[in-house]
Amino acid sequence: MENPEIIFQILFYALPVLLAVFGLFVGSFLERRHFESIRAREQQTAGLPVFPTRTADAARVIESGELVVASVVVSLDYFKKIMASFRNIFGGNVRSYESLLDRAKREAILRLKEQVPESDAIINLRLETSNLASVQSRKKGIGGIEVIAYGTAIRYR
Amino acid sequence: MKLSEYGDVVLTNVEQVPGKTIVEHYGLVTGNTVRAKHFGRDIAASFKNLVGGELKGYTELLGDARTQATTRMVEQARALGANAVVNVRFSTSAVAQGAAELYVYGTAVRAE
Repeated sequence: MENPEIIFQILFYALPVLLAVFGLFVGSFLERRHFESIRAREQQTAGLPVFPTRTADAARVIESGELVVASVVVSLDYFKKIMASFRNIFGGNVRSYESLLDRAKREAILRLKEQVPESDAIINLRLETSNLASVQSRKKGIGGIEVIAYGTAIRYR
Repeated sequence: MKLSEYGDVVLTNVEQVPGKTIVEHYGLVTGNTVRAKHFGRDIAASFKNLVGGELKGYTELLGDARTQATTRMVEQARALGANAVVNVRFSTSAVAQGAAELYVYGTAVRAE
């Protein structure tokens, strides 16, 4: 009679762990695929330079410019989040977040470029990151991170 | 965001309107939106949280909120008689639980 109960108990505790491990594996696969896609698209859009400065090619006259904005909201899987929180004990680099934010920023810049394929350059690139975790409660709320990229897409005469 | 969406008003994030000269400054114009998360999207996002990566529902949500905030800013600028907004800056912050404020601001000018 006790056997079914024990099995239920085991399942109850094992299921979240299994889900987390599942999430880790699928997440890592998706991350690798995303990076491949990012690299391919960066090669494709290499002809459209992006400058963080306010000037591009000083020798050429700029004819027109317009604002372009792109954004991405990303989050880590549960397993990596738990691992990252252990970092708080020892300090140091949190490589999972580094990789996530690198992905998000490159994706945002690519989306920016893909909005204006006919432009010659994008100047005054700004990147802003904000944490969307709710301020009041730690557990509730999805806690995503938003990356905005914006700049002015210009055309030379 | 493209020029065609705002018709007569040009937006840039540099101090000038490229290709034109500024003839008059009207001052600061702003737009903001506070958006709360949608319950259904929240559930989908918690599934996505299992594997990580992009939360497309939230990207769309915040993108729409940003467009709305920018439209408000452009309307302020139009009301002043401006035909361009320069030095546009964006900012996002989490305010109350489950809500984010999208803030856009710039300088309204007349450029010819």
